Amino acid sequence: MRWLLLKDLQILRRSPLQAALLVLYPVLIAVLVGLAISGGPERPRVALLNEVPDNARVSLSGTKLPSANVQRRICSRVECVHVHSRQEAVAKVESGDVLAALVLPEDLVNKINSLSTLAPGTPKVEVLVNESDPLKAAAVDDRIEALLAQANLALAKRIAVEGGKYLNLVIKGGNLPVLAGAVHVLGLQASARILEAIEPALPRGPLRAALSEVTEFATQASENLDIAGPLINRLAQPIRVEKVAVGGSAPPLETFAVAVAATLTLAFVAVLLVAGSLALEREENAYPRLTRGLVSTEALLGEKILLGVAVGLVVTVLMLAGLQIFVPLEWGRFGLWLAAIVVGGASLAAAGAALGAAAREVRAVSLLAFMVTLPVAFLSLVPSGTVGAGLYDVIKLIAAIFPFKPALEALTAALEAGNGSLGAPLLHLAILGVAYALIARLALRRFARV
Amino acid sequence: MKSFGGLEALRGVGFAAEAGELLAVIGPNGAGKTTLLSILAGILDADGGEVEVGARAVGWVPQQAALYRRLTVEENLMLFARLEKHEDPAASVAEMLELTGLGERRGEIVARLSGGNQQRINIAIGLLARPGVLLLDEPSVGLDPRQRARLWEFVSGLAGGGTTVIFSTHDIQEAERYGDRMLVLADGEALFDGSAEELREAVRSEAPEAADRDFETAFVAYLHHRGH
Ligand SMILES: Nc1ncnc2c1ncn2[C@@H]1O[C@H](COP(=O)(O)OP(=O)(O)O)[C@@H](O)[C@H]1O
Ligand SMILES: [Mg+2]
Repeated sequence: MRWLLLKDLQILRRSPLQAALLVLYPVLIAVLVGLAISGGPERPRVALLNEVPDNARVSLSGTKLPSANVQRRICSRVECVHVHSRQEAVAKVESGDVLAALVLPEDLVNKINSLSTLAPGTPKVEVLVNESDPLKAAAVDDRIEALLAQANLALAKRIAVEGGKYLNLVIKGGNLPVLAGAVHVLGLQASARILEAIEPALPRGPLRAALSEVTEFATQASENLDIAGPLINRLAQPIRVEKVAVGGSAPPLETFAVAVAATLTLAFVAVLLVAGSLALEREENAYPRLTRGLVSTEALLGEKILLGVAVGLVVTVLMLAGLQIFVPLEWGRFGLWLAAIVVGGASLAAAGAALGAAAREVRAVSLLAFMVTLPVAFLSLVPSGTVGAGLYDVIKLIAAIFPFKPALEALTAALEAGNGSLGAPLLHLAILGVAYALIARLALRRFARV
Repeated sequence: MKSFGGLEALRGVGFAAEAGELLAVIGPNGAGKTTLLSILAGILDADGGEVEVGARAVGWVPQQAALYRRLTVEENLMLFARLEKHEDPAASVAEMLELTGLGERRGEIVARLSGGNQQRINIAIGLLARPGVLLLDEPSVGLDPRQRARLWEFVSGLAGGGTTVIFSTHDIQEAERYGDRMLVLADGEALFDGSAEELREAVRSEAPEAADRDFETAFVAYLHHRGH
């Protein structure tokens, strides 16, 4: 068997085009995935004119924020180009140097601070856009709107708390801070108590009846306004989002992308190499000669699968080492990676053998292997909920009978702790591998004779 | 006996060959020569009948060269010598390079060799089994006259050394020239089994009108008379 393996490696070395394609194609995928991970969508350039004085503090319901924080928040979402005058901002927008300009006026912080006072102002920011490119304009609108919505939400929460305080003051009474000191506010509850106490002292008559009504109102108002407090809080964020992960926890996007790149590599190398190499035995008429007492069909299949696993392992590990540039990987889990790559590779190689046994021309088989692997890989990546339920069931079935998806699951689990179990996909792979090896053996015995 | 679906490729063909004998299996294309040799080689299972061989291995050289065209001459021979579990594969390879006269081209990729040289390696691989019986399926197809001469010189040498050689050909002249005995196959039937003289005799009596013509024409007339 080792001599056959040696022979296949010699042939691979003599077929630089195939070998290069087998390696370059996955590397290309890896680089694309790597760039996709690291680059992300480009941040739009926005001119920022910040006229707010440096020492201004946003001060709402007891917390104080330096205004520089606001600027930092904005500039983490968009690429800020700092400008020093409104004219400069306008010029930059007009020239297309920036997509938009954001003007934070001098009184912004004061106006924000006034929100929690009894004389609230209306804080305003100014957005200058150049709408000559509708697509980009829409993108900027979305960004800035999202940014403002976030700012509004944060402010609304604080204001709600502040409003709650005033309400509390009205109900329970207390001190209201004013310019020079504090004014004592009696509060509805205390008023009701006082009125109740006065009531018996009054003679029966219309005056007492009226006082009784006022007492009742004060009691009712204090009870009802008590409920209004939480209501105001709710107003700040009417819908609260509560995320509950059901059915498996999703791996971090970057780990998943690395696993996809590595599994694609493994799949292409193992499936194409094994399918092509097995077809070559028949294309060269060597199969009958070999199986005439020199090698059993099983040993030949074993050798091909070993070839697929060995070459697949080398290329996949190299690719992971390359992806290390973009995403830090846990090399301490190398043993688990190895298990996932070897079992996944063997299963994919067995599938390749089943394909390779189907025809005797290397070209036809390579095309077939390509046409099977690529769509199955993409189908395996279709997330649930993006297609109809019936179609998704079909996709799930297809993904389950080809070793790509379980290999992806195994590698995802192996790369990082907490990405699901490794055992289940390995078992799945083992079952598929045995099944495909049996199909390959049957096909060879049936079709590959003279 | 052998059928492929409804087609009867071989029907009641029986013969025996002695050690060192050169048996030519002759017949037109589709006669069943490859099928017969494949059954003898154990590549195909016969539907009926049996094959008996002596203690030594049966070497098989398929009609289409069975070798790795992307490997060198030496790598091909080395691979099969190792698979045949030779104790000293390098020595066997050297022996075959000597025998085929390809020693100088041992490092060349087989795909770059001529059809004749590829066929020589194809035969050499068959010989690596150190067979008592060598089956050659149309070994001279695609060879030029000089290569043919070398091939037959080589094969005759093997037979002289005690190897039984059973070769197929559709060329009556070649069969007559190099075969000790001929087995004529047509449409899966054995029409004749005997020496070249006996075959000429049979042709003369079956197709007297063509007896004066060359042997090939006479042979075609003979096949026609026998209903093929
Ligand atoms: N694998 C096969 N399946 C079906 N028919 C076959 C197969 N191999 C050979 N035949 C048929 O059997 C007959 C004999 O073929 P073959 O032995 O190759 O002839 P020859 O070698 O004398 O040219 C032919 O008619 C051929 O078409
Ligand atoms: Mg033939």
